[in-house]
Amino acid sequence: MRPLLDVVDLCRRFPVGKSQLHAVDMISLHVMPGEAVGLVGESGCGKSTLVRMLTRVLDPTEGSIRFDEREIGYIPAARFTRTPDRALIQMVFQDPTESLNPRFTAFDCIADPLRRLKGPWTTAGLKARVEDLAGMVGLPVELLGRFPHQLSGGQKARVGIARALGPEPRLLILDEPTSALDVSVQAVVLKLLDDLRRRLGVSYLFVSHDLNVVRLLCERVIVMYLGKVVESGPVEAVFATPRHPYTKALLSAIPSRGEEGGPRIRLSGEPRSPIDPSPQVCRFFGRCPLGADACQTEMPELREMGEGHRVACHTPMD
Amino acid sequence: MSPALRHMRYVLAENPVTAGAFVGFALLIALALFGPMIAPFDPLASDTDIALQPPSLAHWFGTDHLGRDILSRVIVAARLDMQIALAAVALSFVFGSLLGVLAGWYGGGIDRAIGRVVDTIMAFPLFVLAMGIVAALGNTVGNIIYATAIINLPFYARMARAETNARRDAGFVEAARLSGNSDARILAAQVFPNILPPMMVQVSLNLGYAILNAAGLSFIGLGVRPPTPEWGIMVAEGATYIVSGEWWIALFPGLVLMAAVFCFNLLGDGLRDIIDPRRRT
Repeated sequence: MRPLLDVVDLCRRFPVGKSQLHAVDMISLHVMPGEAVGLVGESGCGKSTLVRMLTRVLDPTEGSIRFDEREIGYIPAARFTRTPDRALIQMVFQDPTESLNPRFTAFDCIADPLRRLKGPWTTAGLKARVEDLAGMVGLPVELLGRFPHQLSGGQKARVGIARALGPEPRLLILDEPTSALDVSVQAVVLKLLDDLRRRLGVSYLFVSHDLNVVRLLCERVIVMYLGKVVESGPVEAVFATPRHPYTKALLSAIPSRGEEGGPRIRLSGEPRSPIDPSPQVCRFFGRCPLGADACQTEMPELREMGEGHRVACHTPMD
Repeated sequence: MSPALRHMRYVLAENPVTAGAFVGFALLIALALFGPMIAPFDPLASDTDIALQPPSLAHWFGTDHLGRDILSRVIVAARLDMQIALAAVALSFVFGSLLGVLAGWYGGGIDRAIGRVVDTIMAFPLFVLAMGIVAALGNTVGNIIYATAIINLPFYARMARAETNARRDAGFVEAARLSGNSDARILAAQVFPNILPPMMVQVSLNLGYAILNAAGLSFIGLGVRPPTPEWGIMVAEGATYIVSGEWWIALFPGLVLMAAVFCFNLLGDGLRDIIDPRRRT
């Protein structure tokens, strides 16, 4: 099977004065049709920049993004809006309040992408489709006439999901879709997302720093650190035997795993600066509990360490 | 009844002061539309036999130095004054918010260029700038409107810029992009409606300011020319008679002018509440 999304050596650098901030540095990843892939990493590791490039609202500096065998990375963001692929890559946003236009009713929020990307519609046809989507995400049809400020957090999250599913995307990128919700609502929304994926066969790229959620919902996981992929592989393999010291530290920080995952690893030191980073030094060096000499002279490449399990480290753990 | 109308009725019922301002505004519009029909006398007909008469049953607001009925002149003047104020505010609202939205949205060079133009206008004492424009271009109603529009433009441009800038990176703007909206459509259909409520407050405050500005230009002789009835000229003509005790000539047009400005200022909050859906419950 060919991957639905195939990203090769993607880079995005931002100018900072005379220097360059390497937000995303040579990232390669793929998502298979119908697969759920988790993307984890701490704040500032470049997740959002990567996601904005994959949703094609931000242009990459270098690298290729192939979607369904078509190269879409070079199409300027403004022009991509008018291509047929626009409907096929959609996104659920982190903050359901901020991502809904306060002047649009729930109906208009869901109908907007349908009007722009699908259609032409008759009034009745559009209404039926919006109500259908509302039903799919469990939003009572009576609430469609309400404005976002009249909806609860969970209801707003459902509007955001319905809006993203409206154009029938093949790839849905979820940017921490539940982090702004109450814990009780989180579970319900995650269950809904999982059901929808199985029913619709959509691929998910699930950005999160809640590792438990990734373990529950995803088949594969990609761990990012300072603009680079440090480890990727099947969820079971990565969670059971993390090979990269950063992944291991990340996993040991999950509260409920404290005991079973061994003693908590505390990282000391500051993260390296992403501005003009040395291409020879491992990005994790300085914070890494292992830190060999080789880490300062050669950037570790991603290497296969078992079935689909790839790690970028000179001294992988077992 | 549509939800918008129901919401409007709710806002007006909640807030009697706003309702009063709307009634006043409706009255002014009515005067502007039907003034010449309502006026009891010809506003231009002079009759020196009855010159400088104090208010009486026949002439409620008295007569001026040429024997013209002041009530009729005040009523007929409403059309011209409202025309100037509305046209000037509409012009500065349209062009000011367009410039401001573009500056706030694109930033960079466009922002700097528009910002400097606006700063240049703001650097002048605004009334003096208006005087200069009218003096240079000529003493016509059209030029008074342009002058008033130009001096009010910076307020809209600055406000629209700030409000747009704050929403440029909002989640709903990015969501609109993913929904297939072009930049132009995002600005027109998503961003602009969101910056409208604070702009409406500015519009109503500005209406009062525009009317005062037009009257001020006429008062110093740079606006509408006599014998056209206009509140500013009437106050100017009456001013010379105050010392000799004929207070009514300047007082009544001045009072109406004040009432109009007062009414516009109160209108703003009500307009914002009507336009902002977040006030709906």
